Amino acid sequence: MTFLAKPKLHHPTLPKNKLGFTRRDYEGKVSTLCAGCGHDSISAALIQAFWELDIQPHRVAKMSGIGCSSKTPDYFLGQSHGFNTVHGRMPSVLTGANLANRDLIYLGVSGDGDSASIGLGQFAHVMRRGVNMTYILENNGVYGLTKGQFSATADKGSKAKKGSINADSAIDTVSLALLMGATFVARSFSGDKHQLVPLVKAAIAHQGAAFIDVISPCVAFNNHAGSTKSYEYIREHNEAVNRLDFWPTREAITVDYSAGGVIEVPTHDGSILKLRKLHEDYDPSDKINASAMIASAAVKGEVLTGLLYVAPDAEDLHAHLNTYETAFNTLGEKELCPGSAMLEKINAGLR
Amino acid sequence: MQPTDIRNPDYFHKVVDCQWACPAHTPVPEYIRLIAAGRYSDAYLVNWKSNVFPGILGRTCDRPCEPACRRGRVEEAQQAKPEPVAICRLKRVTADYKDDDDVKKRIAAGKKTKSNGKKIVCIGAGPASLTVARDLAPLGYEVTVFDQDPRAGGMIWSQIPRFRLPLEVIDEEVNYILDLGVSFKQRKITSMKEVMKEGYDAIFVGSGAPRGRDLDIPGRKEGAKNIHIGIDWLSSVSFGHTTKIGKRVIVLGGGNTAMDCCRTSKRIGGEDVKVIVRSGFDEMKASPWEKEDAQHEGIPIMNFLVPKSFITQGGKLTGMTFEKVKAVYDDKGKRSLVSTGEPDQAFECDDVLVAVGQENSFPWIEKDCGIEFDKWGLPVLDKATFQASVPNVFFGGDSAFGPKNIIWAVAHGHDAAVSIDKLLNSEDLKLRPAPGVTLVSQKMGIHEWSYDNEIAGDARYKVPWADIKATLKNVKMEVELGFDVATAWKEAQRCLNCDVQTVFTDKLCIECDACVDICPMDCISFVPNAEEEVLRKNLNAPATNLTQDLYVSGPLKTMRVMAKDEDVCLHCGLCAERCPTGAWDMQKFLAEMTYAGDGCRNHQNQKKKAA
Repeated sequence: MTFLAKPKLHHPTLPKNKLGFTRRDYEGKVSTLCAGCGHDSISAALIQAFWELDIQPHRVAKMSGIGCSSKTPDYFLGQSHGFNTVHGRMPSVLTGANLANRDLIYLGVSGDGDSASIGLGQFAHVMRRGVNMTYILENNGVYGLTKGQFSATADKGSKAKKGSINADSAIDTVSLALLMGATFVARSFSGDKHQLVPLVKAAIAHQGAAFIDVISPCVAFNNHAGSTKSYEYIREHNEAVNRLDFWPTREAITVDYSAGGVIEVPTHDGSILKLRKLHEDYDPSDKINASAMIASAAVKGEVLTGLLYVAPDAEDLHAHLNTYETAFNTLGEKELCPGSAMLEKINAGLR
Repeated sequence: MQPTDIRNPDYFHKVVDCQWACPAHTPVPEYIRLIAAGRYSDAYLVNWKSNVFPGILGRTCDRPCEPACRRGRVEEAQQAKPEPVAICRLKRVTADYKDDDDVKKRIAAGKKTKSNGKKIVCIGAGPASLTVARDLAPLGYEVTVFDQDPRAGGMIWSQIPRFRLPLEVIDEEVNYILDLGVSFKQRKITSMKEVMKEGYDAIFVGSGAPRGRDLDIPGRKEGAKNIHIGIDWLSSVSFGHTTKIGKRVIVLGGGNTAMDCCRTSKRIGGEDVKVIVRSGFDEMKASPWEKEDAQHEGIPIMNFLVPKSFITQGGKLTGMTFEKVKAVYDDKGKRSLVSTGEPDQAFECDDVLVAVGQENSFPWIEKDCGIEFDKWGLPVLDKATFQASVPNVFFGGDSAFGPKNIIWAVAHGHDAAVSIDKLLNSEDLKLRPAPGVTLVSQKMGIHEWSYDNEIAGDARYKVPWADIKATLKNVKMEVELGFDVATAWKEAQRCLNCDVQTVFTDKLCIECDACVDICPMDCISFVPNAEEEVLRKNLNAPATNLTQDLYVSGPLKTMRVMAKDEDVCLHCGLCAERCPTGAWDMQKFLAEMTYAGDGCRNHQNQKKKAA
């Protein structure tokens, strides 16, 4: 961390997006996390993604729980809405907000403690309900704020800084998200922005529950030999299944790819996901195959990253519930309270 | 690219743009920090050691440091008018607010009471000679300075008008040097041979470029009474021989002398004063701020007019005619001025001041005294040692390579003093030690540094001026008032501390990207190594300023390299604050130039004796 605010000065050639903002305009307050924390790199990737997508910051709502990860929404998108919830309860607050105002872009930021321990139930349900959101899990495998105990995502057999070995099984949040019905599932690494930024952009564009597990080394408590969430371990065991390029519109595609090895996945809003295959037999639209690949990679000690699963025909909670298209918070009293005659009619219909 | 060799003393020196650009290599950020700390005397002495005339240069320097200053580049595209730190005027602050007695005492402490038995003579008492005297007298040399004028100072005092540089400032700084035991005598040297016979161990010639160029066009002879050579006229005003000029004055020339001429005219009787230049306004040699000052005093500068003739009536000057020209550039970009074909333009005037350049002139050096001159009339010198073809004769300042400015004269003086000291210690003049360099970590705590790393967003502060009505009436009243203490502090905060270097240790780096994410200027990238040309394009922000180096590490664990573009780094230290392993550190670089004395000697003779 640092005591100083980041100077306002920027590179003279810093580009502006369609809204006339520079990347620096999407920053927040200066981070108070430890020096070298992977979470800060994720914040930088989020800033980059929102800037590249020309999203107006005030159209974004950032929700988080408790923990190092959940502090980070203060460090990016300083002009956006935010809500710091009770520990593990980000999904329910976000679900409520999304129901009340479906027009905002929802970003949930959580950590392995917040999502895989105290908030495991909430995590499961927000996925199965298909709330239209981008769920970023900043996964470092330890409880940093309480000085480095194993979290529920720590791999069995991995070593703590003081030498103890983890005897419990790890919760694989990616597999869990798949199982619970998330329609966009990815894993990435805080130290690889080339992979992470397009994944975040695609997740934001995805109309449904999009989940990205981002392995984010804890430099203070989990970056030693024997850790399976250290910078060095992840770099050595990172197995990317594909390289994603995200195109906001079909017309924007200008890059020539060699035939074969590229999968195009259209999405609801007309944007295109272009996947360069790195694994011969990996098909991210095949959920059963994805589950099997993730499991077999885990056995081999590999950390499978990239876009692991995407359902092109995804639907969100509002579609499931068949809600009104206008955001509830903009409806007037007349629409919300249609009067006793209407109440009678509804009651009659239920008798 | 090969990893950057930061052991090369020039690498980090170049990053300190101001110091690198300064001919005397004054450690600018070092004294600016001392100003911010209120340590004016210390700041003054840092200057004094390096540039000898802080109070004088703080008013008159050509400021090569300021166009080089990084602040001007980092403010690009974000400040309405990107401007460098007001380095020159901060130098004046050190002179204005120092403790005079303390400084005097500390300078006098360097005085040598015992002679080393060697006698040096300096011809001309300008900045170059005085620098030689300042450097050599404390070593025990008996230095004598001769000048044709009754005061020491040379062009500093004869050519620079008092409204830019008060007499007290000159006297104070010249006396610091003379008080070191340097003897000054008024004596017009008419024969080099005579001086050579007087038994000096070394002779330094710092006689300047004393001849103002004339303009030989029709009417010159007829109007001679009212046509004056700029530098001679300025000198005559300085000495009080000339106290008035006609109401309508034309100043010819576009250099700083022309600016001094027109502003002086305006103060001693000139009402309609104009500057007329051959070239375009933008190509004028005068410093931009001097042009601004002249215009501020209501003096128009007219360009693209080539003097054609002086008009006289009955032997009296009445005006001048000019040919209108335009600039034409050939394929090689070489400019020529060609007539526009329009009719000539005439201006009425009472007096003309010719300030179209200066020349060297050595009528007092006999052709057969052994000193060789080239076809341009300049002495044949060794470029590094300033030694003439007679081994114990040295030249410096304007008399060495033609007209430059005070700060160059000082730099020459330092180098010539080193040469003289080595010569008289029987050493090889060409073996000159590189500057002494220190690089010290500024880390005080987890995120505490021994320098103020917060970046001020302020735009450059203007130096206040005295009331123009009063200054235009009095040729001796100083126009610039100098910064007050509070403004000086604020201006000092604009300095980026470029001497506090970002030092990278590749072995410690874990490639966590923390530095990349925090860097406000996108200076730092982790990329696959490549040739410089390719690498410059592949960075997070393109490195297009080719005069600024890339700092490249050795290969890291991922086989990438760290590449930092030095160009617009704020030296804010955030990379080092965010680095979890100390791979980045902020280290203060200080280059101590080599001056005459023990430090400049290689002691090769002593070594030979020992062997």
